[in-house]
Amino acid sequence: MGKTIAEINERIRKGEAVVVTAEEIIDLVEEKGVEEVARTVDVVTTGTFGPMCSSGAFINLGHAQPRIKIHRAWLNEVPAYCGIAAVDIYIGATEMAEHDPLNEVFPGDFRYGGGHVIEDLVAGRRVHLRAEAYGTDCYPNRRWEKDITLEDVKEAWLFNPRNAYQNYNVAVNLSDRVIYTYMGVLRPNLGNANYCSAGQLSPLLNDPLFRTIGVGTRIFLGGGVGYVAWHGTQHNTGVPRAANGTPTRPAGTIAVIGDLRGMSPRYLTGYSILGYGATLAVGIGIPIPVLDEEVVRYAAVRDADISAPVVDYSVDYPQGTGRVLGEVTYAELKSGRIVVEGKEVPTAPLSSYSRAREIAGVLKDWIRQGRFLLTEPVELLPCAARERG
Amino acid sequence: MVRHKIVLHFPHEQVDKPIVSKLVRDYNLDFNILKASITPREEGLLVLEVTGEEADYDRGLEYLRSCGVDIQPLSQDVRRNEERCTHCGACLAVCPTEALRLDRETWEVEFVEDECVACELCVKACPPRAMEIHY
Repeated sequence: MGKTIAEINERIRKGEAVVVTAEEIIDLVEEKGVEEVARTVDVVTTGTFGPMCSSGAFINLGHAQPRIKIHRAWLNEVPAYCGIAAVDIYIGATEMAEHDPLNEVFPGDFRYGGGHVIEDLVAGRRVHLRAEAYGTDCYPNRRWEKDITLEDVKEAWLFNPRNAYQNYNVAVNLSDRVIYTYMGVLRPNLGNANYCSAGQLSPLLNDPLFRTIGVGTRIFLGGGVGYVAWHGTQHNTGVPRAANGTPTRPAGTIAVIGDLRGMSPRYLTGYSILGYGATLAVGIGIPIPVLDEEVVRYAAVRDADISAPVVDYSVDYPQGTGRVLGEVTYAELKSGRIVVEGKEVPTAPLSSYSRAREIAGVLKDWIRQGRFLLTEPVELLPCAARERG
Repeated sequence: MVRHKIVLHFPHEQVDKPIVSKLVRDYNLDFNILKASITPREEGLLVLEVTGEEADYDRGLEYLRSCGVDIQPLSQDVRRNEERCTHCGACLAVCPTEALRLDRETWEVEFVEDECVACELCVKACPPRAMEIHY
């Protein structure tokens, strides 16, 4: 009684596919039950939008005349990695512009970095390239400066080694001074708790055992189309899980790739994290094909059923002690207050739930309009819990 | 009732005198101190939100001027660049007055300008730098 991806795609082509978001499926299952939803719904769309530091873009600049084998390069004064072929470079999201004061006046501002370069490119703005070389017989040119745009480079692909973390820490500060972290400003003595996940809308929390999301899965990436390239760095599925299969610690991740052309600054936004650095906020949406009832049960997960670990970022995180102060659900986090060590603590998100919802909606429209077909994964991602059966 | 945000500049010779407390005792005004500092040249600066009857407010300000205090309306404004805001919510962690808060229907961050005390903490805590100071 299961469906295949080919059958679902046939329905998408005919404009008959029934598509719901990972939020909508919650009420639907409550109303109609798992069995009926598995029969009548074809695809569940998910979404997330948050800072994802392990991101960047490969750019091939096209050849200069005379030719140059680039040894060092800067885009708007942000260094790019050049240790590949002549005019291929990689601009990483957290690289800072030369002469940025960094944290010399603490907490540093980190106004412009690689994430901002990527945002400028997808926004169609001109970006200044400066390149140096030592010169060879085949590549005699030693200096190259010009303005580039996304239009006129040869290729530009977003290629992010680790995105869309399946669950994440809730950050608090047990010390008596303000700290400035990648999880935002944390006020002393449990002054606030910051979290960063779309919870019930988050792609990998809706397929906790990676039964459908695998290598080659076509996704919404940065406002355009991308693919899951591989499991992400630090992908770790051997973590504690709730009875519903949901990991209660940061767990799986994905590496994603996609053409920067077609993406949008609305879903690829340069971020400056006070006292920490620059990064890129990335929007990702993943379609989950409703193959069977199991898929529905997992995709119907609610914020109240997903727990995240509360971690102290003054000592425990920086020292890597592994201590967890407790667990809270995303329903509690989203209520605005949680209780940690007996104290009521206000919460703040770093992941935009409104934009996550928007992304799940855009992807739903694309599929309903027949513009976006699902792909069969070439290979499933490693997952100890699934492989055990 | 009126409520105004004002900036007071105290001359050097008045810095050590209790002046503002009279607004409460003699003029029936409430005030909330939003910012206070004494510069290296010993000029005092005080940003107040003052609430009271209009007639009392006018008399109170008259009194302050008679003490040599220079008064300006608070023209420095924190505004949100709607294009840049991604509605993440990082600003909620630092906003002391809940002028920035989440609408739990739309999950967008609301900015209630009337409740903003221009402390500027959100300006640098905002990852896309959507909060701007306008003078």
